[in-house]
Amino acid sequence: MAPLLELDKVSLAFGGLRALHELDIHVDEHEIVSVIGPNGAGKTTLFNVITGIYHPGGDIRFDGKSIVGRAPNRITQLGIARTFQSLRLFLNMTVKENVKAATYGSTHATPIESILRLPRARREEREVNARAEDVLGFFGQRLQGYRFDQPAYVLSYANRRRLEIARAMATGARMLLLDEPAAGMNPNETHEITELIGRLRDERGYTILVIEHDMHVVEGISDRVVALDHGEKLTEGTFHEVANHPGVIEAYLGRNPEVLQK
Amino acid sequence: MSPIGVDEWVARSGERHDRGSGPLESLRRLGDRVGWWQRLAVLALVGFLFGHIGANGFQQTVAFNAVIYAILAVGLNIVVGWAGLLDLGYVAFYGIGAYGFALLSSSAFGNLMQQTGGVQLPAYASIPIVLVFAGLVGLAIGLVSLRLGGDYLAIVTLFFGIAFAEVVNNVDPAHLGGPDGITSLNPIQGLGGAIGSTIGYYYLALIVLIALMAGLHLLDASRTGRAWRAVRDDPLAAQVMTIPVNAVKVMAFSFGAIVAALAGAIFAAQQTNVFPTNFQSPVLILIYACLVLGGVGSIAGAVLGGVLVTVVQQMLASPTDAGYLFYGLIILALIIRVRPWRLLGAMLAAIVAFGFAARAIVGAISHSAIAGSTGSVGWIGSALRHYVIVPANPMSYGNVLYVLLICALVGIVRLKGIWRLIATVPTVYFGACCWEARLSVDPAITAQIMIGAILIVMMAVRPEGLLGARRVEII
Repeated sequence: MAPLLELDKVSLAFGGLRALHELDIHVDEHEIVSVIGPNGAGKTTLFNVITGIYHPGGDIRFDGKSIVGRAPNRITQLGIARTFQSLRLFLNMTVKENVKAATYGSTHATPIESILRLPRARREEREVNARAEDVLGFFGQRLQGYRFDQPAYVLSYANRRRLEIARAMATGARMLLLDEPAAGMNPNETHEITELIGRLRDERGYTILVIEHDMHVVEGISDRVVALDHGEKLTEGTFHEVANHPGVIEAYLGRNPEVLQK
Repeated sequence: MSPIGVDEWVARSGERHDRGSGPLESLRRLGDRVGWWQRLAVLALVGFLFGHIGANGFQQTVAFNAVIYAILAVGLNIVVGWAGLLDLGYVAFYGIGAYGFALLSSSAFGNLMQQTGGVQLPAYASIPIVLVFAGLVGLAIGLVSLRLGGDYLAIVTLFFGIAFAEVVNNVDPAHLGGPDGITSLNPIQGLGGAIGSTIGYYYLALIVLIALMAGLHLLDASRTGRAWRAVRDDPLAAQVMTIPVNAVKVMAFSFGAIVAALAGAIFAAQQTNVFPTNFQSPVLILIYACLVLGGVGSIAGAVLGGVLVTVVQQMLASPTDAGYLFYGLIILALIIRVRPWRLLGAMLAAIVAFGFAARAIVGAISHSAIAGSTGSVGWIGSALRHYVIVPANPMSYGNVLYVLLICALVGIVRLKGIWRLIATVPTVYFGACCWEARLSVDPAITAQIMIGAILIVMMAVRPEGLLGARRVEII
């Protein structure tokens, strides 16, 4: 079976800086793959080229279709939704509206239909409302009830991260790209996020590509780990294979000067 | 009850914040309890009753203008309040609507069409043509400015607005009339014949406004409204969340343009003429003032702002009304800010006493220094004649006093507690003297100063506007 997401010699340069270099990565359906690497390794750039914010060289195929050069909203509609490392919620909209806004691509009512509340607009609005309550319900009590109509800016940091995931789910995507979902969370919340990512796959059937620095999270969730450094793939495999790979240790801890001289 | 953790506490900070006090907040909470269409029905009822209680001609004109400004502010709210695009060319769409209607409903095209009567389309044909045209121009401007954001967008659209005024002023005077404009337009034909009176146009504009408010409220709650607000909050995130940002922005430009053009067409029909000066930057600034005062992002706020700014402007044009407004605002501010009422009473007494004492001292030194007459007429003028210091030739004295008043106001906001209260006493008196000596004499200038002052106070007290929701910027 062909992988769901396949990167084929993907390269991207900003001027003289090689952000990504001939990267081959694949993610199979229902797989959870973690991307690790030191700061500046190109992890977030990788997400940006997959979601169409940058247009790289090489080819990216999703479900057999090439997605290079497509607009970000088209790519998300094809089935890849993401979250952001630096949270990018629609802060002045309510919790529910944040989620509903992400259904724009899967609804079709024109402004005239919305103003006149014609049947299609009403039906879509009902569906969107149900979908929003469904994805928010996935996070238990935290984003429920009175929270629906609160503006997103009153949410705590951890709840903002959850809302970002809910928003990505509402796009109707099959694959989620999570950019450091556990960043800035306390150990309890980190543990919860680990469970949550597992549930996303087991209960909702998502395929997940995740960037994470917390090695406990990476160990807990990953079917496979890909290590990046300087925009190139160092290695990939199970967590323990990658964690013991000399190149990975070197990338994180630096080189032994004696080894360097040989 | 489960104990409230830190998470809960943070989450409810918004609730605590919303639980504000003050008459506006209680009014808003009262409004929240009834549905939006009931509120709209009350507004419509009040609007129609106003037309029926026998307002005089002047009041009818003010009411008509207020509704036109409310429509303009509601349209601007689509572009600025929802889509977050700082469109400074908005007034040009108002002009396009008015000029478009004028060209199609008069003999302006008489020579061009080789017939003496011109085009002379009926309103039910000309207005849709004008609206479609304005929508297309909005589309074009939107497409041109797609890559522009923030300051750049503001400047480019401002140029568009200025260019429109220049075109109607200088290009093709044979048809557009140049500075003389286009005159003797046909009235709009209603069901029962032509609308011939201001009150008729007032009703028409009111119906349009109510319909717009209802339509835009429904649009705001739909996928389109959500997309606009998402683009305003974070365009990149919106794009990644399946929203075609460019299309959505252009749509906002177009919708705003259509609403402005509709207001322009009705305005032109009521005036039965159009002049370039009606569609220049001062009007744009007034429309922005309406929206900012009422609350950016709020339909009801835009309408309230439109009504308030128009009424304030009209009041300031007449010295008597301007006096009511000036002294009314001062007393209102004192009542709101000074608590408890004993202190308020003491302050008012102190202001009165300070005034008479100051006038007595100045009068003892030089009699000519208090020989002038008050700028206010009517009972305010006679009440204050023996209170304020107005010299025989108040012009330069008034100018100096105005500068001193500004300095006193700047100083007063830097003081705290009891010192601020003490400093308020002479400042209010200075204000009264300055008003009588200078400000009420030049209503045109004073109107600008007062609207500016109201906006400055608004910025300090309630930056989100009267009915706006508090907003955070993304850091």
